[in-house]
Amino acid sequence: MTTVTTTAVERAYEPTIGLEIHVQLRTRTKMFCGCALSFGDEPNTHTCQICLGHPGTLPVPNAEAIHFALMIGLALECELSPRSIFHRKNYFYPDLPKGYQISQFDIPLWGHGRLGEVRVHRVHLEEDAAKLVHAGSSGRIHGAEASVVDFNRGGTPLVEIVTEPDLTSPAQAGEWLRLLRATLGRLGVSDVNMDEGSLRCDANVSIRPVGTADLGTKTELKNMNSFRFLERGVAAEIARQEEIVRGGGQVVQETLHYDPTSGTLTPLRSKEESHDYRYFPEPDLVPLAPTEAMMARAREALPELPAARAERFERELALAPETAKLLAFRSELGDFFEAGLAGAAPSDEGGRGDAGAANGSGAATDPRTLASWITVELVSRLGDANPADSPVEPAALAELVRMVSAREVSGSAAKEVLDAMAAEGGQPSSIVAERGLGLAAADELGAIVDRAIDENPDAVEKIRSGKNKAMGAIVGSVMRETKGRADGGEVGRMVRERLGLG
Amino acid sequence: MSDLVELSAAQAAERVRAGEVSPDELFAAYRERAESEELGAFLTVSDSGADDLAETPLAGVPLAVKDIFCVEDVPTTAASRILAGYLPPYTATAVERLAAAGAPMLGKTNMDEFAMGSSNENSAYGPVRNPWALDRVPGGSSGGSAAAVAAGLAPWSIGTDTGGSIRQPAALCGLVGLKPTYGSVSRYGMIAFASSLDQCGPITRDTTDAALLLRHLVDGGHDRRDSTSVDFPEPIELPSAERLDGVRFGVVAELAEADTIEPGVKALFDQTLARIEELGGSVEEISLPHTEHGLSAYYVLAPAEASANLSRYDGVRFGMRAGDGDLLSLYERTRSEGFRAEVKRRIMLGTYALSSGYYEAYYGRAQRVRTKIAEDFRAAFDRVDLVVTPTSPSVAFRLGERTQDPMAMYMSDYCTVPMSLAGVPAISIPAGLSDGLPVGFQITGPAFSENRMLDAAHALERAIGFDTSPPRRGAQAVAT
Ligand SMILES: [Zn+2]
Repeated sequence: MTTVTTTAVERAYEPTIGLEIHVQLRTRTKMFCGCALSFGDEPNTHTCQICLGHPGTLPVPNAEAIHFALMIGLALECELSPRSIFHRKNYFYPDLPKGYQISQFDIPLWGHGRLGEVRVHRVHLEEDAAKLVHAGSSGRIHGAEASVVDFNRGGTPLVEIVTEPDLTSPAQAGEWLRLLRATLGRLGVSDVNMDEGSLRCDANVSIRPVGTADLGTKTELKNMNSFRFLERGVAAEIARQEEIVRGGGQVVQETLHYDPTSGTLTPLRSKEESHDYRYFPEPDLVPLAPTEAMMARAREALPELPAARAERFERELALAPETAKLLAFRSELGDFFEAGLAGAAPSDEGGRGDAGAANGSGAATDPRTLASWITVELVSRLGDANPADSPVEPAALAELVRMVSAREVSGSAAKEVLDAMAAEGGQPSSIVAERGLGLAAADELGAIVDRAIDENPDAVEKIRSGKNKAMGAIVGSVMRETKGRADGGEVGRMVRERLGLG
Repeated sequence: MSDLVELSAAQAAERVRAGEVSPDELFAAYRERAESEELGAFLTVSDSGADDLAETPLAGVPLAVKDIFCVEDVPTTAASRILAGYLPPYTATAVERLAAAGAPMLGKTNMDEFAMGSSNENSAYGPVRNPWALDRVPGGSSGGSAAAVAAGLAPWSIGTDTGGSIRQPAALCGLVGLKPTYGSVSRYGMIAFASSLDQCGPITRDTTDAALLLRHLVDGGHDRRDSTSVDFPEPIELPSAERLDGVRFGVVAELAEADTIEPGVKALFDQTLARIEELGGSVEEISLPHTEHGLSAYYVLAPAEASANLSRYDGVRFGMRAGDGDLLSLYERTRSEGFRAEVKRRIMLGTYALSSGYYEAYYGRAQRVRTKIAEDFRAAFDRVDLVVTPTSPSVAFRLGERTQDPMAMYMSDYCTVPMSLAGVPAISIPAGLSDGLPVGFQITGPAFSENRMLDAAHALERAIGFDTSPPRRGAQAVAT
């Protein structure tokens, strides 16, 4: 009897990921009424008859929201719909005062576009729902003992961005979302804060055997409200789907709720997802037809975008790609960096004290070194905080970096100087002077080096026999003696000179 | 003071200006009548108007307002139980503009619930009787507004028209009813039935009063609170034409010859056509080939929009609330107890028409019919200046006669729905009496041709000489 042992062929699968991002716009007022936007204010203090859906009220589109949405579409290189249509998306829920959400459906404001390596499918405008707070353990309306509605958020302008399924790994999805967030932040159209919900992300995930073209059945993941959760949630879903497929099963199209604390994915109850939204054109609004003047205004408002800025940092300032990206994607770091470079350049500006004088006379700050000091040293001290809000002046940091390069202060002493600057600001030269952190002068250093050679005969012997590692002992001794005010390289050079090793 | 109620609003305004009567006295006289009426026309009556209105354009002549208009802190129900006790936090633009022009609100008038009906029998607050025959309906949905003016309980009124809700009750009550071009009067504060069709307009005793109210309704132009409102391209003039020389009238074969038109209505229609020719106008037959589908399209589109417009009545934020605390029971009980049968029927119809899989067959198709009907009208207005039809296929019918037969009720709108779908203006004027009951004659023109339409209506009104003094049958009962 011939048996064929069918060992399950370990096929390789590749994930396909698309994202749906909701961006709360940072307009002065809501999408269709005059209520001011709010975050964290007393519940139901930013409401009116329109956003509460009172009888007889009508929506009036917010011109600033349209302007921001136009900027977003331009930044994402999308195709404009000359006349886009608002639709009503109908469903009953207490967070939806009118019983329908005004959104866009078959003719969105913007069609196909691109950001980086990912194609954008569409960009449209809509209004946010109110906030439902459920009392009870589940945090969801089913099983909640009571629910209360805060209508402050209801009617906040939202832009929804839908990508094509062009992403192939959780890390890439996270990276791309960071680029999108940086881009939106740079446009100044949103707070893009995932914790506060001004940037929200859902993911569509499917897998397919490597090398095949057809997309597998996709599931939709909700509630990916941080980059970490997005990456973890998508990874968990890919693993879940692979396990199903390898076990001979089929992935079911469904909406899943990701619980970041337990890392589990649970299907939303069918009642929560099986909606027939009965879309139809919103008869209270006329088609949205941006004029040439509106487009020109949006174009004029576009700043340099993070992708272009990173590219410029690489090209013009020779920064490493990762560093350039870090500075460009965190716009505030990029701004600090450029302010530092500008401040470090020789200037006629008076009253800068000795820092200015030093700039005028010494070598310029090296952009790559400054970039590295910002992305490594400064970030490690400030974390996610905006350096513009810290006591560290961009020009002061640039000056510190220049002093290191000019060997006016050692690297380790400079870190101590930066600690002081981060704590209470100030100019590096003054801090160096006050704390006596300047590099030891050559004659003083010479005496110290001579002493170190005398005190470490074993090390000297080893150095003479070519064991350069032994240099550490002598340099260490000099450093101890100078309290770090010596340059290690310089000390090594002096030792070799004195030993006749040139 | 009793002779005051014989006056048209414009005549009453003249008396005020002449110092013969003060706005307060006028308001008090009408208030007394409105408070004690037995037609069921008023749902609420205002305590008082404003002082110092004698110098205003409308001279303080009080206005009856359909209960579909929100007025700040005044009960506003759209004749539905679901809005019982609702006090709007704001006032509708139409009411605000007329009040600013000097027409204080006399009270809120009864109507079919959410403007859905042609007899006023769908009100949650009881039917309205036709002052011409108390066992008959006043028409609908603006039945209370029409009955109030017809009975001399109010000098004039405003109503809303979605498929005929101003013109048909005006016809059945022997009044002038005007539906303006869609977009010319702001809908802000007007409780929505079918947003793409709803328009506010006057119900008055004559064309001059209609022009006066319309003038101030469109004055101020585009309302920034209503994105669909537009600037009216010219001021509304008071109509003055006495002749119709050179004016070409088109008779819509499909509407005038329909089987549903009662013989008495048809006879008065033909008689009015003869008057047009006597006044120097010409009459020719035209065709609006798609109007025969108008009613079907209307009863898809209007319920579809209504199904969404009425979703907000869920018991969460205002109005009636029922249920045992659970969300689903809150929705189900509030809406099943709050809405009456006709409203539920239309919500069901509209929800079905918008459902996935049916949208194209119903809503999509009805939209295309609507486009065709608008094209029909445009083509007709290339040939003629104005188009005429009977307003209602029948005179006022008996209370209860059609309540069990929705299709018969829907036929009331047969001649008025096409103009609503096309968004063009239309006016109904009294053509005479058939067996003692008023019959309406409808004139319609291109968008924003209200001045032309009013002029033609004015010339005919003079020639017909319809007795505009109120029949006061409902009012007599209280006067004795
Ligand atoms: Zn609001």
